[in-house]
Amino acid sequence: MPDRQFGFETLALHAGQIPDASTGARAAPIYQTTSFVFDSAEHAASLFNLQTFGNVYSRISNPTVAVLEERVAALEGGRAALATATGQAAEATAIMTLLEGGDHVVSAATLYGGTHTLLGVNLKRFGIEASFVDPDEPDNFRRALTKKTKLLFAETLGNPSINVADIERIGAIAKDAGVPFVVDNTVPSPYLCRPLAHGADIVVHSATKYIGGHGTTMGGVIVESGKFPWGNGKFPGMTTPSPGYHGVIFHETFGDFGYIMRCRMETMRTFGPSLSPFNAWLLLQGLETLPLRMERHCANALAVAKFLQGHSQVAWVNYPGLPGNKYYELTRKYLPKGASGLLSFGIKGGARAGERFIEAATFMSHLANIGDAKTLVIHPASTTHRQMSEEDQAKAGVLPEMVRISVGIETLDDILWDIDQALHAAAKA
Amino acid sequence: MIDDIPGLRRILATSKVIAVVGLSADWFRPSNFAAKYLIEHGYTVVPVNPRYDVILGQRCYKSLRDVPVKVDIVDCFRKTEDIMPIAEDAIAIGAKVLWQQLGVRNVEAAKRAEAAGLEAVMDRCVKIEHGRLFGGLNWAGVDTKVVSAKRPKYIAN
Repeated sequence: MPDRQFGFETLALHAGQIPDASTGARAAPIYQTTSFVFDSAEHAASLFNLQTFGNVYSRISNPTVAVLEERVAALEGGRAALATATGQAAEATAIMTLLEGGDHVVSAATLYGGTHTLLGVNLKRFGIEASFVDPDEPDNFRRALTKKTKLLFAETLGNPSINVADIERIGAIAKDAGVPFVVDNTVPSPYLCRPLAHGADIVVHSATKYIGGHGTTMGGVIVESGKFPWGNGKFPGMTTPSPGYHGVIFHETFGDFGYIMRCRMETMRTFGPSLSPFNAWLLLQGLETLPLRMERHCANALAVAKFLQGHSQVAWVNYPGLPGNKYYELTRKYLPKGASGLLSFGIKGGARAGERFIEAATFMSHLANIGDAKTLVIHPASTTHRQMSEEDQAKAGVLPEMVRISVGIETLDDILWDIDQALHAAAKA
Repeated sequence: MIDDIPGLRRILATSKVIAVVGLSADWFRPSNFAAKYLIEHGYTVVPVNPRYDVILGQRCYKSLRDVPVKVDIVDCFRKTEDIMPIAEDAIAIGAKVLWQQLGVRNVEAAKRAEAAGLEAVMDRCVKIEHGRLFGGLNWAGVDTKVVSAKRPKYIAN
């Protein structure tokens, strides 16, 4: 009889962890240890040669971190995953494992600022070039391909412009070019969208956001589909003996999880952006309730978007789940269960009104994160993008009157009340 | 074809002797990785490869039919098109399982083995499956698909 295919909610609670063999503990134990003993010199040799599975040092693998890795892999419908200290570390590890000086990336221009800087500034210093294209026209990715292109990159839901990537069309271009399509799926979380099912090859996450949900813990995850043809001649690092790991051929030896093994044994082992066991455990506590939280985030955000649309102090609302939004059709295709808790709106009265709105909030928190269970607000023009001229802000998609809300799961009437009273306060001042 | 978790777990839990056809003596080859792992996890591995006399300290045989002990699993590290004669040999020596490795999918050979009363596994690595179902593979962040609220009777190592 074929094995049962468990549902998302079941996997969010169970994937990656069974009761502890020695104690019967039902919850995942926190293995807060740097190192693991070897049974013998021979056992040590087998572990170092990767001939047997096991833990050596928590920089490379740890049983608590492994529960999070397997659970996210299962929820994304991927083959294997590697957890990292932050979402930025996940992106850097995912890219540095495959690319070297002289290689080229084609990325959506609509990116979280930190990712834009990683590709456009930091990796450029090591000779990795990036072209940034408007993702609304997927053919822009094809037009930007060069002989050196090794990877395509986009965010499912772009932050802060809240655009939706056409994953299938960009993925088809990557497939034709023989390079992996890497998708940052942080904002939807795997509950709202599973990019691997639409043709992405690798998914990265900032687990700091909805996966944790509690705003206590930094973390990142890389997931591989297990389906990318690494033997196509473009990735000799996957198919020839690794100088970074004494001659192991990652694709041949580990097959459909060879890329994650290489991320772990080459990049994580030497650069060291490992997730701590305690942080993995905290992220697991959040992940258990991801489906319930995402449903409420989406329902609340849609209600907030509709409320703002009808408000006299609001000039415009950007939420891809709203009928009439530029990305509404793509949202219905890729995010049928909801468009996340992230939205932005333009406040009448411009930048000053935006600042006053933020200051007048009662429980909506003024901070730079997204994806917390609590409602978060920020006025980008006076905070994250303050140093830019108004002209440069406009290029980055940041208008003076723009307010971003990461809608939380508080009582909906309370969220609407706080927004309404802050809008009135902003109008009065 | 055995492809479900209870079936694969039963085969791996009840088998003791595994003949590895096409085992390489080169330490970095996947077949050598798998055989070394199986020895370390308590199995008797019988190498079958005409090119060698001894692999991993075990006497190596030219053909399955030369193996003097009772074989439970015939583990095939050979190309798909080379599997049918191995299936015939596995039947002839009274093996219980014809196991084709990851990437090896000879459906006819599997059916031939089943018709003769053997069980058949295809396109799976015996080491990866052992690590998946008895612990270890999960430490590498791989989705094992194992969901259970029972305390396991094994300690992964």
